[in-house]
Amino acid sequence: MTQDPVISARALDLTFQTNDGPVHALRDVNLDIQKGDFVSFIGPSGCGKTTFLRCIAGLETPTAGQITVNGMSPDEARRARAYGYVFQAAGLYPWRTIGGNIRLPLEIMGFSKAEQRDRVARVLDLVELSGFDKKFPWQLSGGMQQRASIARALAFDADILLMDEPFGALDEIVRDHLNEQLLALWGRTEKTIGFVTHSIPEAVYLSTKIVVMSPRPGRISDVIESPLPRERPLDIRDSPEFIEIAHRVRDGLRAGHQDDAA
Amino acid sequence: MNALRTLFPVVTVIAVILGIWIAAVVPMNIHLTADQAARQDIAVTPDTPAERKELSGLSLALQNTGIWGMTYTLERPRLPSPHQVGAELWDTVVMKNPTSRRSLVYHAWVTLSATLLGFAIGTTLGILLAVGIVYNRTMDKSVMPWAITSQTIPILALAPMVIVMMGSIGIQGLLPKSIISAYLSFFPVVVGMVKGLRSPDGMQLDLLRTYNANAGQGFWKLRLPASMPYLFASLKIGISAALVGAIVGELPTGARAGFGARMLVGDQYGQPIVTWAALFGAAITAALLVAILSLIERRTLRRMGMAGAAA
Repeated sequence: MTQDPVISARALDLTFQTNDGPVHALRDVNLDIQKGDFVSFIGPSGCGKTTFLRCIAGLETPTAGQITVNGMSPDEARRARAYGYVFQAAGLYPWRTIGGNIRLPLEIMGFSKAEQRDRVARVLDLVELSGFDKKFPWQLSGGMQQRASIARALAFDADILLMDEPFGALDEIVRDHLNEQLLALWGRTEKTIGFVTHSIPEAVYLSTKIVVMSPRPGRISDVIESPLPRERPLDIRDSPEFIEIAHRVRDGLRAGHQDDAA
Repeated sequence: MNALRTLFPVVTVIAVILGIWIAAVVPMNIHLTADQAARQDIAVTPDTPAERKELSGLSLALQNTGIWGMTYTLERPRLPSPHQVGAELWDTVVMKNPTSRRSLVYHAWVTLSATLLGFAIGTTLGILLAVGIVYNRTMDKSVMPWAITSQTIPILALAPMVIVMMGSIGIQGLLPKSIISAYLSFFPVVVGMVKGLRSPDGMQLDLLRTYNANAGQGFWKLRLPASMPYLFASLKIGISAALVGAIVGELPTGARAGFGARMLVGDQYGQPIVTWAALFGAAITAALLVAILSLIERRTLRRMGMAGAAA
């Protein structure tokens, strides 16, 4: 082992107490994520992929097991602002301009006014939204709003980016474009990315590591290290390697479902 | 064209109301008119007051179509006609010196000052209570039932007690009326602001947690701006409630100034035209207050970039 993992989970369990009795959201999850990895979590609804991402973010507390982020507990990592989080919906504040929305974390974290201005300009450029900082969210398309929310998560330069189905609500064409942009952005910034998705092509196209999960209880059924190069044009999706990985992901997902039926 | 389109429904509704009003004047006033006509030796059927008393206003009116015109010009009608109320308004609003006690503007200002003070107290109290309810579990469980209960007590029963009790400890004039105004206007503000401060969804609250934002930042940067549309809706209800409160506060003690006093004077001295003019004065004042709030609302929300989202 050359380096300590950025995120490390050991025998992680999480049980929600609901009115209908306990729900095992996660059971015995073990995973290491190295610096610079692009890790996708894929699986059907209820497999715990979002819950696991929220455990990394310190938004949920596991009931058993261990998890560290940058060697700290997730809650300490959250206080240290170790990650940026992108939600399913852009969730921009309607009363703030795009620039104002990206400034939000910077204001909260106490950056100077000049620093705020520089950073807003830089991340807007990074997501190709330069010139939109004075616009209000409702003046932008859904894809542009989601890019603005990614810019917001990048603004304070956390090393880790956690994304919970950020493109789930967008159409295929916009999604392809944003996937390409996200890869380029990842290449430039060398961030560690955790990415939750429903889409097999999206997972295979983006990831260096694909974590296939299955439901009830939520657990990891397969971890695939992608042999694809870091530079990935969109047409790599027609290559035999790509299709082979996609097959393996699909098999993993199907196996999870058979368990479910048994 | 656009102005015409918005004007048309408004004018139609006003015309219908005026039509009903004008039609109602005849049967409402016909008994008084018939008595007066009989005194002036004009033939009325039936010709004795006792017999006329047996008849309904409508049938008496149908038997005496000749004196309909007189029903509109009685000095002390049961129902004043629109032009009588209009003339009284014109006379007391425009023709009289606004500082004179005979001017309705003077009385309007007396009521308005109590309304505005009460509205300010009520709104402040409402916002503070809402913040307490949203941030404090104990207040959440305990304050709301009391706030609701407070509004089930008829204000007409409560107002004299407030006035008398405050009078007995030497507080008179503006403040007791304002307290009643505040009592009526804090409630919509509490309800609206609690809803508004709670309007951010789980995702928006989680987002702030990922920034490790503190409670103050959560309030000023998320909850308070998110509550603005709710606040304005509440303020518009609150200000009209405050005006009603101030008027009700003027009724029980026989106040000598204000819309309430004018209504009382009209009632006690048999001058319904004065009462009606005061009623209209109060209604117009309320409409103006709400219109001003709407204007501020539009400007604020537009500046916050929310007007476009709503449109």
